Amino acid sequence: MGTRRFGIAEILLLLSTLVLVVVVAVPMLLIFWNAFIVKGALNVAGVLQVLRQPDVFQALVNSLVIAGMVTLVSTILGVFFAWLVSRTDLPFKETMKLLFLVPFMLPSFIGAIAWKMLLSPRSGLVNKWLMGLLGLEEALFNIYSLGGIIAVESMYLFPFVFIQVSGALERMDPTLEESARISGAGLLRITSRITLPLMLPSIAAGALLVALYSLAHFGVPAVLGTEAGIFNIPTLIYQKIYASGGRFEAIRAGTILSSLLVMAAAIILYSQNRILKAGRFQVIAGKSVRPMLLKLRGLKVPLLLLSVLYIGVTVLLPTVTIFLVALLRTYGLSFSLENMTLHNLTYILFTMKLTKDAIWNSFYLSLAAALVTMLVGTLISYVVVKMRVRGKFLLEFLGLLPFSVPGTVIALGVILMWSGQFGVNLYNTAWIIFVAYIARYMAFALKSTSAALEQVGDSLEEAARACGASHWQAMKDVVLPLIKPGMVAAFFLIFLPALRELTTSVLLYGPTTRTIGVAIYALNEDGETVYAAALSAVALLIIIVGQWVIKRVTGTTKIGGGGS
Amino acid sequence: MAHVVLRNITKRFGQVVAVDNLCLEIPRGQCISLLGPSGCGKTTTLRMLAGFEDLDEGEILVGDRVISSSLKRYYLPPEKRDFGMVFQAFAVWPHLSVFDNVAFPLQIRGLGRAEIREKTTTALTYTGLLDVRDSYPNELSGGQKQRIALARSISFNPTVMLLDEPLSNLDPKMREVMRFEIKELQKRFNFTIIYVTHDQAEAMALSDRIVVMDYGAKVQQDDTPLNVYHRPANKFVFGFIGLSNFLQVEAADGGTYLAGAREAGPIGGERPPQALGATPTLACRPGEIELLRDGGVRGLIARRTLLGDIVDYRVRVGAQEVRVQRSVRQPLFEEGAACGLRFTRLHWYA
Repeated sequence: MGTRRFGIAEILLLLSTLVLVVVVAVPMLLIFWNAFIVKGALNVAGVLQVLRQPDVFQALVNSLVIAGMVTLVSTILGVFFAWLVSRTDLPFKETMKLLFLVPFMLPSFIGAIAWKMLLSPRSGLVNKWLMGLLGLEEALFNIYSLGGIIAVESMYLFPFVFIQVSGALERMDPTLEESARISGAGLLRITSRITLPLMLPSIAAGALLVALYSLAHFGVPAVLGTEAGIFNIPTLIYQKIYASGGRFEAIRAGTILSSLLVMAAAIILYSQNRILKAGRFQVIAGKSVRPMLLKLRGLKVPLLLLSVLYIGVTVLLPTVTIFLVALLRTYGLSFSLENMTLHNLTYILFTMKLTKDAIWNSFYLSLAAALVTMLVGTLISYVVVKMRVRGKFLLEFLGLLPFSVPGTVIALGVILMWSGQFGVNLYNTAWIIFVAYIARYMAFALKSTSAALEQVGDSLEEAARACGASHWQAMKDVVLPLIKPGMVAAFFLIFLPALRELTTSVLLYGPTTRTIGVAIYALNEDGETVYAAALSAVALLIIIVGQWVIKRVTGTTKIGGGGS
Repeated sequence: MAHVVLRNITKRFGQVVAVDNLCLEIPRGQCISLLGPSGCGKTTTLRMLAGFEDLDEGEILVGDRVISSSLKRYYLPPEKRDFGMVFQAFAVWPHLSVFDNVAFPLQIRGLGRAEIREKTTTALTYTGLLDVRDSYPNELSGGQKQRIALARSISFNPTVMLLDEPLSNLDPKMREVMRFEIKELQKRFNFTIIYVTHDQAEAMALSDRIVVMDYGAKVQQDDTPLNVYHRPANKFVFGFIGLSNFLQVEAADGGTYLAGAREAGPIGGERPPQALGATPTLACRPGEIELLRDGGVRGLIARRTLLGDIVDYRVRVGAQEVRVQRSVRQPLFEEGAACGLRFTRLHWYA
């Protein structure tokens, strides 16, 4: 005992800590440093001055309004549909459950582009159709509005609540409801006095996740808000840096806004943790019993139709629109066969340099980032979950950081760290995007691999050691094979979202390092609508194939989602 | 007059017949236990009584009122049955205080505040929970949680109580205390109890009447606890209640011998009834066999295990092994020693 040994445990700990420090901790510190310290002194006046600028103040208000309303709408949708598929005798429940998760897999900014095609005030297809139908002079809907942003974000974020609540409803001990029933309570009272209060922590946890994503969300407000002059914090950061051509004053304003985002995220994650840990809501059943199902009777068909209609409007309609527009000769023509062509697709895949580069960049960057992040994540999780080594608490703390850092903030952090001040200049290269992706997706890797490692009991590794295997052999022959599915899942959970990443890339791309997300965004902004749609269609196809591959490889439906 | 009547009830889950044509009549104020191995259909029976499961055949009556009927497709919903029910996993609501848990059925029934207060306090007093009425369930022990469930089920003075293995999540000491308390509550309130359990000691201690069931909720014996123990109706009941030896015997020279062990000497006592045929089974409890130095059916001590107060012997006689339990205060036999068995009580089954 007495001798200090510097063994494999210490080396692994050091290595893991180093990675997290370089990739996440230092960029974060740089953001706070640049935001609050000027020439060695606390810069309170400067911070207040930035926050008092009308556009900044407006963006703050917008962010709060959008996040608040999206959370509200998503929670109502998520709870309602979760209850419908897990507590009623709705037909085709299992299929409906999968369908409600689909919005999670689709990039929301592509959805926003589709909705722009459908509901823009002048040329929106649905607007034009409704105007013709009802003989109106003006469009019914204007998607370029706070309402539009809120509606589209809610469509893509409600699965967070849905997953939490339907999971909790299924795990809940049915006798909790049965005992209320035998006590004389009818369904309405059981729902309001027993089920809903018991579900409250899960609902809150899901709602907080929605709030977290919405606050830090770039894609939808960027596509739908910019034109109408509506900015939230992430789009304003982008606007300021983009408009100034990367001047330092803009970056400083960005760091101040970023600090706000990080603090908001930290508060949200802290509350979520508190709520989920509150022990008095442990309601998980000991044995699996069939839960009490509400007979919908006459409402069966109407509610099924409502669900199908919801999926049709929020998933099918935008997706089909993207594919149809991708095939149009010119945007604005009607969808008749003679107006259709495959030219857009062949053009963006084989001719156009911008899109060809983007596809190639996204592909190798995602592949490399997924591979590296998954391996490093496994290493870190192993040290945190399995090893008894001094100084682990630091690693555990650092491991929490990636969960709370929004993509915009990561981009600013890596700009501050890797553009020359510290001897390494990666600006305008693919490397800076690569580093940012690692930071951005580390949370996914940690979550997936640590869950897998926790399933592997300590005694399994100890048994291998007792049989004469070295620490290294036990890891290689016992632990690694057992957590392989978790690692594969982690890889895809990173690879697929990274492929269509927008928020981080849009702040980091250089002349030759555009990614798919950036290219779609740029084409859309430049009015190259059919090419934007064609590239979006390609991205959607890759995602669909990718999801299918995940299902084949891991045997389950993993959701490769979470922001774009 | 019977209080609760189950008339030819049958329940199927797919191909499996969980309850097969069960008939029971339970008089007012009786405590009846449904005792059987897990999966025998006793819990399904209770859930049909509660109204959580429909019947495939038959009907259930309380008093002269039909509450479930497959023929009329009529099922009074559980919340209208006014039954008290206690579940194995407690099912107390974690978001409500002890008081609010117990007051819930009274609030649902729309009672006035003062009356709710009074009745809840009464139920809490009888279950010994008055001091913790403002606590939340997660601050309490398993025994206390089950008391909450009990208090909640008696607070509105039901006439029928359904208990679904209410003590099996408790530790053995707590189980004994609670058994006694359930019995006390019944004496005080005189409700009809239908008690589902797989634990014979619980059934023995609590019930006026035990219904032993095999798979499909087929009734094997329906009798008082004493008769179920002392006069098991068949091999299944004998084997399910207490420890048992089942021995093969053969008849020769006008005596009865353990099969293949004529040289060991005859089994004394009454002969097997003729009606059981040529090869009846002898059933006997390990505690109802005496060990002798001389005489009796001769055997060898194959194994001896000390179980605290009791010494458990496995005695080899011919090809069969007989389990014998004696008090530790009686003369001990060593492993390998010769001994004689004297059967003090014999049960004969086909």
